[in-house]
Amino acid sequence: MSLIKQHEKIEKNVLLLTLGIFLTIIIGGIVEIVPLFSIQNTIEKVDGVRPYSPLELQGRNIYIREGCYNCHSQMIRPFRDEVERYGHYSLAAESKYDHPFQWGSKRTGPDLARVGGKYSNEWHTRHMIDPRSVVPESIMPGYPHLIETPLEYDDMADHLRTLRIVGVPYTDDQIENAVAHLEAQANGDLDAVTEAYPKAVGGDLDGNPDMITEMDALVAYLQMLGTLVDFSEFDAGEANAYR
Amino acid sequence: MAGTPEKDAITGQHTTGHEWDGIRELNTPLPKWWVYVFWATVIFSIGYVFAYPAIPLTNSATGGLLGYSSRAELETDLVAARAEHADKLEAIKTSSLDEIVADTNLRNYAMAGGQVVFKENCAPCHQSGGAGQFGYPTLADDEWIWGGTLDEIYTTLQHGIRWDQDADTRLSEMPAFGAMEILSDSEIDAVTDYVVSLASGNPEQGTEGATLYEEQCAACHGFEGEGQQVLGAPPLNNQLWLYSGDRDAVEAQIYEPKHGVMPAWGGRLDEEEIKQVTVYVHSLGGGQ
Repeated sequence: MSLIKQHEKIEKNVLLLTLGIFLTIIIGGIVEIVPLFSIQNTIEKVDGVRPYSPLELQGRNIYIREGCYNCHSQMIRPFRDEVERYGHYSLAAESKYDHPFQWGSKRTGPDLARVGGKYSNEWHTRHMIDPRSVVPESIMPGYPHLIETPLEYDDMADHLRTLRIVGVPYTDDQIENAVAHLEAQANGDLDAVTEAYPKAVGGDLDGNPDMITEMDALVAYLQMLGTLVDFSEFDAGEANAYR
Repeated sequence: MAGTPEKDAITGQHTTGHEWDGIRELNTPLPKWWVYVFWATVIFSIGYVFAYPAIPLTNSATGGLLGYSSRAELETDLVAARAEHADKLEAIKTSSLDEIVADTNLRNYAMAGGQVVFKENCAPCHQSGGAGQFGYPTLADDEWIWGGTLDEIYTTLQHGIRWDQDADTRLSEMPAFGAMEILSDSEIDAVTDYVVSLASGNPEQGTEGATLYEEQCAACHGFEGEGQQVLGAPPLNNQLWLYSGDRDAVEAQIYEPKHGVMPAWGGRLDEEEIKQVTVYVHSLGGGQ
């Protein structure tokens, strides 16, 4: 036990203690972070995952602004009850362009990782304005202001550019056309959008064709969640062995 | 303060050597049981690191001697769960809907399973028990917009209604008689009166509205307002309304109709689930 007695020296010397803490954190950091840069099986190789379209990205920003993540997770865990209720478990690849990711660890409302295509646009709009008008037992607050607030998107290109800095592969073309893509998606000119952003859902999503509102953006975002990967072609492969 | 700490005479413990106004601090050691548990957890963690996936290496992580993986475990769970119901699910998959309904055992199974799927996926719009609400049809009555036979319900579930991501989705678009200026405001007024009277069971014949109805509406909704399921045109000769039977609501619907959308469930639910929901919905009260 004499070695343990020596510990007292570290505890009583500020410099030694600081050095010790520093070394411990460095080792932990290296072990946890460094392999992520080279490890092959962190993010599954799947087709279909793409960066968010400008309209979806604005919807995502509203989702974060309104604090939806406080009650809704976006992470279907690999358990039977979750898979049977929500669909295929979430893949790391599906949130690889999320900054920050919306996995969440607490659910007051249901998981939203695969809510895309589960309801009609009209349902989402009504539900957002007054949740109890469609689901009587819901305890979700209403967000009626979204349908009255015009969406601000002048700085859309800067948004994409910023995300490119942290590794989202937006092309020059996508950045240049950010505003055009957003307006095309919100106005239902989907051919102009789906080439750059396949499976984007657009049109007059909130029942108000005169204005692009925050509701349009939020519904566009919700309607694409979890729809990008075609799971009939998904082969988990060797990555499964480590999860 | 350094040097050999003295012993406290009463407790027999060492002191820390600190002293404040004659009060000295005991250096009571940690309880033995605590120390043993501490070391046990340390030893356990070493075993854990070898047994389970743990250490990330440059290209992959150590897999662990037990070969555990949460995804593989899920796979086993799902296979086991399906095996428990294999005979029933297989029968549902291979039988026609009529055969399922004819077989009491299979029907009961499909009803229970269908109800579970319905609660999670259908009730947010159609309400529990298929009670329906404004804009989402009641499934518990015998009025069907697109048909209430097993096969029609199945098709609706599989492909949805006006769901543009499904090529075979059910489509019908009633023209916006007002917004597209097919009828004038006074004509819409007249035809609204007629539709309201039609719904009351006492149609006012010989009016301008009646004539307009025959010209503009009867092709889809039928001369007596009986509706036409092939076109998704609801009956108008009763008091069941998708968007309220209030005169203003009827007029608004003629002026610029709302077109409800239902998602296609093929692909989201599997074949067995869709068949079970079909049987459940068919049983709710109005199956044809």
